[in-house]
Amino acid sequence: MRGLVFRREWITGWLLLLPALVFLFAFTHIPAVTTILNSFFSTPRGRRQAKFIGLDNYERMIGDPVFWKVLWNNLWFALGTIPVSVALAIVMALWVNEKLLGRSFVRMAYFTPTVLPLIAVANIWLFFYTPGFGLFDQITGFLFGWPATNYLGDPDTALNAIIVVTVWKEAGFFMIFYLAALQSIPVNLKEAAQIEGAGRWTIFRRITFPLLMPTTLFVCVNAVINSFRLVDHIFILTDGGPDNASALLLFYIYEVAFRFWETAYGATLTVALLILLSLLAISQFFFFDRKVHYK
Amino acid sequence: MLKSFLLKAVAATALSFSTWASAQAVDLQFYFPVAVGGKAAETIQGLTDEYAAQNPDVTIDAVYAGSYQDTVAKAITASRGGNPPQLSVILSVDMFTLIDEDLIVPFDDYLTTDEDKKWVDGFYPAFMENSQTGGKTYGIPFQRSTPVLYWNKEAFEAAGLDPEVAPATWDEMVEFGKKLTKKDASGNVTQWGVRIPSSGFPYWLFQGLAIENGAILANAEGNKTNFDDPKVVEALQFLVDLSTEYEIMAPGIVEWGATPKAFFEGQTAMMWTSTGNLTNVRDNAPFKFGVAMLPEKVQRGAPTGGGNFYLFKGASDEQNKAAVKFVQWITAPEQSAKWTIATGYVAPRPETWETETMKAYAADFAPALVARDQLEFAKAELSTYQNQRVTGIFNDALAAVITGKKDAATALKEAQAEADKILAEYR
Repeated sequence: MRGLVFRREWITGWLLLLPALVFLFAFTHIPAVTTILNSFFSTPRGRRQAKFIGLDNYERMIGDPVFWKVLWNNLWFALGTIPVSVALAIVMALWVNEKLLGRSFVRMAYFTPTVLPLIAVANIWLFFYTPGFGLFDQITGFLFGWPATNYLGDPDTALNAIIVVTVWKEAGFFMIFYLAALQSIPVNLKEAAQIEGAGRWTIFRRITFPLLMPTTLFVCVNAVINSFRLVDHIFILTDGGPDNASALLLFYIYEVAFRFWETAYGATLTVALLILLSLLAISQFFFFDRKVHYK
Repeated sequence: MLKSFLLKAVAATALSFSTWASAQAVDLQFYFPVAVGGKAAETIQGLTDEYAAQNPDVTIDAVYAGSYQDTVAKAITASRGGNPPQLSVILSVDMFTLIDEDLIVPFDDYLTTDEDKKWVDGFYPAFMENSQTGGKTYGIPFQRSTPVLYWNKEAFEAAGLDPEVAPATWDEMVEFGKKLTKKDASGNVTQWGVRIPSSGFPYWLFQGLAIENGAILANAEGNKTNFDDPKVVEALQFLVDLSTEYEIMAPGIVEWGATPKAFFEGQTAMMWTSTGNLTNVRDNAPFKFGVAMLPEKVQRGAPTGGGNFYLFKGASDEQNKAAVKFVQWITAPEQSAKWTIATGYVAPRPETWETETMKAYAADFAPALVARDQLEFAKAELSTYQNQRVTGIFNDALAAVITGKKDAATALKEAQAEADKILAEYR
C-alpha cells in the first residue's frame, strides 16, 4: 500500500516537472550536447557529409589568431563594462533613493536606456560618434577646438566606444535592483549608526554595502553573462571592425556559423564559450558566497 | 430541413472543388531582401500581386526576408530543414556558396527554346559575370547596382573648379581634392575633397580602384584570388595615400551609412557610393550635384553589386517552370522600368532603357544613365567559394592597412596565403 502511494506521488511529481523539462531539454540541453558532438565533426557542405575529425577543430581554434583576439577583446570588454556599470548603478541608486526634487523623473531617465532596444540605441550612438558632424565631435570641436575624431574607425578606440554604449545601456538596469535592495534595508540600522557618530561613508561601507551584497552577486552574475551576450550593437556600430578590433567572442561565433557557414567550427567556438561561462559562474558563486550575507 | 441539407451539400462540394482547384495551381514561395530604403518592398509586393492577378494558375507567396545577410541565412536554414523556397533573391556573390551547399539548380534546364536562350543573352554582360560559372546560368540579375562618384557642384564652383566637370582620372581626383579640402583657422578640416567609405565591406569600393588599376581580384571559377598582385597593392597604397599623403580624405575607417549625410552636410565635396543612393541624394541634397563614372587609372572600371534570382533545389518541375516564367516576367522591360525608377537599381537589360517610361525618366534625370553607361567597363564583384569567409579575410587586411596597422604589401600577401588555404580544395 505504501509503495503504491509512493509510486503515485512519484508519477505526479514527474508529470508536474514534465512541461518545464521538455522545454529545458529541447532548448538547452539537447542543443548543448549536439553542439559538443558537432565540434568533433567537419562541416557538412552540399554532397559532402560531415565526418569525424577528432580534435582538428580544437587545434584550429588554438591556432586561430582571430579567436585569441576576440577572446582578449572580450576580457577587456568585461573589465571595462562590469566594474563601471555596477559602480555607476550603486551611485545612481543611492542618489535617487534620497528625497530629492523630481525623483521619479530622474529614476525614469536612468532607466530609459534599458527599455530601448539595443539596435535602436546603437543607431543613435552611431550618429553621436560620427566624425565631423556627430554629437561628440560637435561638442569637443566647439569647446576645445579639437579636430574630427573617428572613434569607431580607429582600432585603438573602437572597442572603448562600444564599452561606453554598453555601460550606458546596462547601468540603469542594475540600478533598479540596487534601488529595490536599498529600500529593503531597515532605516533603524542607519539611525543607530548615526547615533554612534558614524559618517556617511562609514555607513555606506559598514552597513549599506554589506547588506547590498546579495544584490551585488546577482548583478555581477548578470553583468558577466551580459559581457558575453550583448553583441547586437556591434553589428550596427562597427561590424566587428576595423580588422576585428571590436569583435567579441559571441559576435565571432555568429560570423563563423552564419556568415561563413562553418557550422562545425562555430560549434567548437561555442563549446569554448560554454566552458568559459560555466567556469566563471562556478568561481563567482564560490568566491562571492563567503562574502555574501543572506538575511 | 431538406433545403438546408442541400445547401450544405452544395457548399461542401463547392469548397472541395475550390481546394481542388488551388491544389492544381502552382504554389511558389519567393524570398526577397531589401537593402535600400524607399519603396523597394512595396514595389516587389505590388509586382507579384499583379503577376498573380494575371496568372490565376500560380500563387506566389513573396516573403520579405530582411537584409541580404538575413535572406541567405534564412534560405540556407530553410533548405537544410527540408523546406526551401522555390525562388529567392540573394547576393550575386553568394553563387559559389549556394552551389557548394548544393542548394540551387541552374536555369539552363528550363530555358530550352531559342527564344529563352536569346533572353539570357539579353542581360548586360557585366551582370552575367557573377551569374554564370562552368557554362551554366545560376543567377538572373534583378536588383543590381554599381558604385559611382557623386560631386557637389556648388563646392566645385567655390573652389574655382568647373562645376560641370568631374575628375576623370586618379590624378585629377587628387588635384581637385586638394583644391576642395578646406581647413579652418586652427587647421581642422571642415570639408574633405573625397570620401570613399570603408566600414563593414571595404572590398567593394576598393575593388573599383583595383579594376581601374588593371587588376582582377578573383578568377571566374571562384577558386583563386589575386590579392597580392602588385597592381592591387598599388591601388591599396593609393587609397591610403588619399588620407596620409594627399590629405584629401578623412583618415581611418570611413563609415558607409553616414556617407550620404556627410555629403549633404558639406563635409565632403565628392563621395563614392552605390547607385542605390541615387533617389536618396536626389531627394535630400540641398545643392546641385552631379553623378559621374569612377575615375580611371589605366582604365575605367567598377565592380557590380546587388542581388540575383536563384532557383532552389527540391522544387517540382512544374514549380521551377512557373518560377522561371515569373522571373522572365518581372525582368521584362515594363516591370523592370517600374522597379528601377522606384529604387535606383540599374535595369539589367538594355531593352528596358528603350521603353518610353525609362526614356522619360532619363530625360528628366540624366544621372540615372551614368550607372548604365559605366556597365561597359564594369567587372564581376569579388566572389569565390566560401565567399563570405574569403572576402572577410580580404576586408580585415584592407582595414588593417587603412588604419595604419600593417603595410599594404604584407597585409595583402598574408590575406592571399589565407585565401589560398581555403580555396585549395576547390581547384
